Amino acid sequence: MSYIIDRRLNSKKKSAVNRQRFLRRYKKQIKEAVEESIKKRSIQDMDRGGQITIPRKGTSEPLFHHGKGGKQTRVYPGNKEFNTGDEFQRPQGGGGGGGGQGQASNQGEGEDDFSFSINQEEFLDFMFDGLELPYLVKKQLMDATQFETHRAGFTQAGSPDKLNIVRSLRAAHARRIALSGSDRDELRELKKQLWALETEPVSDDRNQKIHALKEQIKALDINKKRIPFIDDFDLRYNNIVKTPIPSSKAVMFCIMDVSGSMTQSIKEIAKRFFILLYLFLTRNYKQIEVVFVRHHTHAKEVDEEEFFYSRETGGTIVSSALELTAEILQQRYPRHEWNIYVAQASDGDNWDGDSQRCTQLLTEKILPLVQYYAYVEITNGPQQNLWNEYQQIHQNHPEQFAMQHIEELSDIFPVFRRLFERKTKGAA
Amino acid sequence: MSNKPISTGAEWTFELIEEYDREIGRIAANFGLDTYPNQIEVITSEQMMDAYASVGMPLNYHHWSYGKQFVETEQRYKRGQMGLAYEIVINSNPCIAYLMEENTMTMQALVIAHACYGHNSFFKGNYLFQTWTDASAIVDYLVFAKRFIAQCEERHGIDEVESILDACHALMNYGVNRYLRPKPLTAAEEKERLNAREEYNQRHINQLWNTIPKKEEGSDSSKQPRYPLEPEENLLYFIEKNAPLLESWQREIVRIVRKIAQYFYPQKQTQVMNEGWACFWHYTLLHQLYDEGFVNDGFMMEFLHSHSSVVYQPPFDSKSFSGINPYTLGYNMMQDIRRICENPTPEDYEWFPDIAGSNWQTTLDHAMRNYKDESFILQFLSPHLIRELRLFSIIDDSEKPTLHVSAIHNEPGYRQIREQLSAQYNLGNREPNIQVYNVDIRGNRSLTLRHFVHNNMPLGEDTEEVLKHIHTLWGFDVHLESVQPDNTTSASYHCPPKEKLELY
Repeated sequence: MSYIIDRRLNSKKKSAVNRQRFLRRYKKQIKEAVEESIKKRSIQDMDRGGQITIPRKGTSEPLFHHGKGGKQTRVYPGNKEFNTGDEFQRPQGGGGGGGGQGQASNQGEGEDDFSFSINQEEFLDFMFDGLELPYLVKKQLMDATQFETHRAGFTQAGSPDKLNIVRSLRAAHARRIALSGSDRDELRELKKQLWALETEPVSDDRNQKIHALKEQIKALDINKKRIPFIDDFDLRYNNIVKTPIPSSKAVMFCIMDVSGSMTQSIKEIAKRFFILLYLFLTRNYKQIEVVFVRHHTHAKEVDEEEFFYSRETGGTIVSSALELTAEILQQRYPRHEWNIYVAQASDGDNWDGDSQRCTQLLTEKILPLVQYYAYVEITNGPQQNLWNEYQQIHQNHPEQFAMQHIEELSDIFPVFRRLFERKTKGAA
Repeated sequence: MSNKPISTGAEWTFELIEEYDREIGRIAANFGLDTYPNQIEVITSEQMMDAYASVGMPLNYHHWSYGKQFVETEQRYKRGQMGLAYEIVINSNPCIAYLMEENTMTMQALVIAHACYGHNSFFKGNYLFQTWTDASAIVDYLVFAKRFIAQCEERHGIDEVESILDACHALMNYGVNRYLRPKPLTAAEEKERLNAREEYNQRHINQLWNTIPKKEEGSDSSKQPRYPLEPEENLLYFIEKNAPLLESWQREIVRIVRKIAQYFYPQKQTQVMNEGWACFWHYTLLHQLYDEGFVNDGFMMEFLHSHSSVVYQPPFDSKSFSGINPYTLGYNMMQDIRRICENPTPEDYEWFPDIAGSNWQTTLDHAMRNYKDESFILQFLSPHLIRELRLFSIIDDSEKPTLHVSAIHNEPGYRQIREQLSAQYNLGNREPNIQVYNVDIRGNRSLTLRHFVHNNMPLGEDTEEVLKHIHTLWGFDVHLESVQPDNTTSASYHCPPKEKLELY
């Protein structure tokens, strides 16, 4: 006696809880791995999941077992040349006689690594961990692109709630007419004969004929009724398609000082800031371009890799970067087509006398074009001359120009929020 | 060929599965296989991974280690590094068998024969399963366990529960009873026994001997009686009953892990037999199906292809060698027993006088019911099969520079190989023998475990970690000493670690 059960439709994510427990337990290691991968990834590549590799050692569950050594006897199959009493050297590389313990790795990663994938949401979760993001903002950042749904005709497949009754019945009606066409013609013919007969004088012959006709009519009626009133392929469903909400384009300028005074850790903080800004913009704009401008005494447009990881030395002239930015803006990003955002990160150091020039460039060439200009100064020490200069601009353009001071990683979000407070309200 | 083939294509349907199951079931019953009713469940690959992650059970309590296994399986499966099993079968009543939806019709039939009639009858018949597992209660017990542990998590927090479970899992292999405990005495029985003993003493008292001066007491104060009086090998049981600081819910969790460990214990001990039995029967049943004309040649080709890859044994020097394949060994032994019964050679008459020429069905049935891997091999591994598999044994003594071939498949070697292979399947040899030796009940309540060293094999490097887990459960100091057969202590471990003697 056997029961056969189709379980395929049963709930699938049975292991979801256990998986969460696992992530929870190894939060620290996974966070480290995520941080490592933030370094390797491009800013624009940040909002998806990925492969995480953590050391296997920490995840193993200890058990009592025998260690190496002692006297072990094992039986092996497939003898070819050995005879009783043979002695030979231990094969190198452990596992007396080729295997038993110690799985060989055939996977690119070594035995010592444990790797698995996490999804986008989890990735961002780990990335924002420690940034003190409030849940609402986190959710905004993690949510998938928004779509608008609108109707687009009818389909033959769909879910019951989208059933279009009028269309379905119309289709059924048409089908019934089409399938019963010949029967109906015949029926009409027979009925005509019947009426003709009924007007004739009563006789046995006539009664018999009427009876036969009635029988035929009855049979045809039954035939007609056999055609189903409504059938699967009559069903019509409202077709609803999703289209992404059209949104305009944005360009984000990342300007960073790469002079000798900027250490790698300052750059890491800056990178987080840029990532956050990028993700924030992706919520609001469909298409975003990112321009990286770095500068010391000269400014240069570079790719992301160079932007974050090439080391430069020398002095600092901020105006060079602003000049280049203004130039690029003019050439490539006409104001009426693009929403322009500029984020500048620096340790606040600048060549004496250059700050004046910066003010001039900003107020004349850049601020009239951009939506928003954000400046973060990452330093532990007192504010430097650029800060004082920028404060002037901030007072003159409080809507467009924002500046904040960051000391360590956990400051990023509060600072970010202060910078974008107004915008966040607008986006929500 | 009186019958029409049930199916000819690769696609399966529920009707076809039903029909195959009916025919295979009929043939199995003709061969005298006694099974639990079957519950065949078709599942997807994702559900199969879920099943993998909960040690093959339909449900289980939550624990991070299952999550870890899941992400690992998922990763390897998605990258194509491993295939999933065609089936999982659970020792329950009704016997639940999971069939993968990806299987072809032939594979489904193979799996039905293998799991639903092979494994199923083994679960029902083998003495270890009968003694130690209750097939009709396991699913209900898991439901209880899952709910209980979820409640504990709500009440005491996930971390608290997790640390207890971690500790118990580390001792899972030491949470089984190997021998049935005597039933505890009732109060009446105890009293009766006490009276009987008193009466015996009264009757045999001999005043003469009483004049001999008593040995001075208290001369050896360390000779206090140990607790427990006899060493206890079921560590989890001992902890559940005796750990001083555990709360009752914690004891219950220890008990749950222990019960589940006990449930799986027979499977660990009968891997070769269980798989061998199932392979033997899928082979026999499907051939019978073929002989009766229910399946065609194409079906048999596909079936034999998978069958032979399942029972393939790579030689020891091959890259894919990872120990003796239990399917190969078990299947070949079962076939060999049938051969000894049906076509015995003079050698078989000499080695197996009891079974050579006997009825093969009764003999196999007897073997299935009354043995475990260790004893099965010791009893039934024949010289014929040793030659066929070209078995040889190697002694690896860390004190000697070279490996030594101690026996090969020849006349002087048969018995030795048979004994050594059998010993290889003795769980007692595979896992270190660790028992509760003493608890300092009058002193600092420290727990002392003893590792009885076998063949000079030391403990692995995890030992300290496991001790930490035991410490979590016991709550007081834990010591572990490795004791050689001559009663010398070769190594000792402590948790918390003993402070090193400081040298000035």
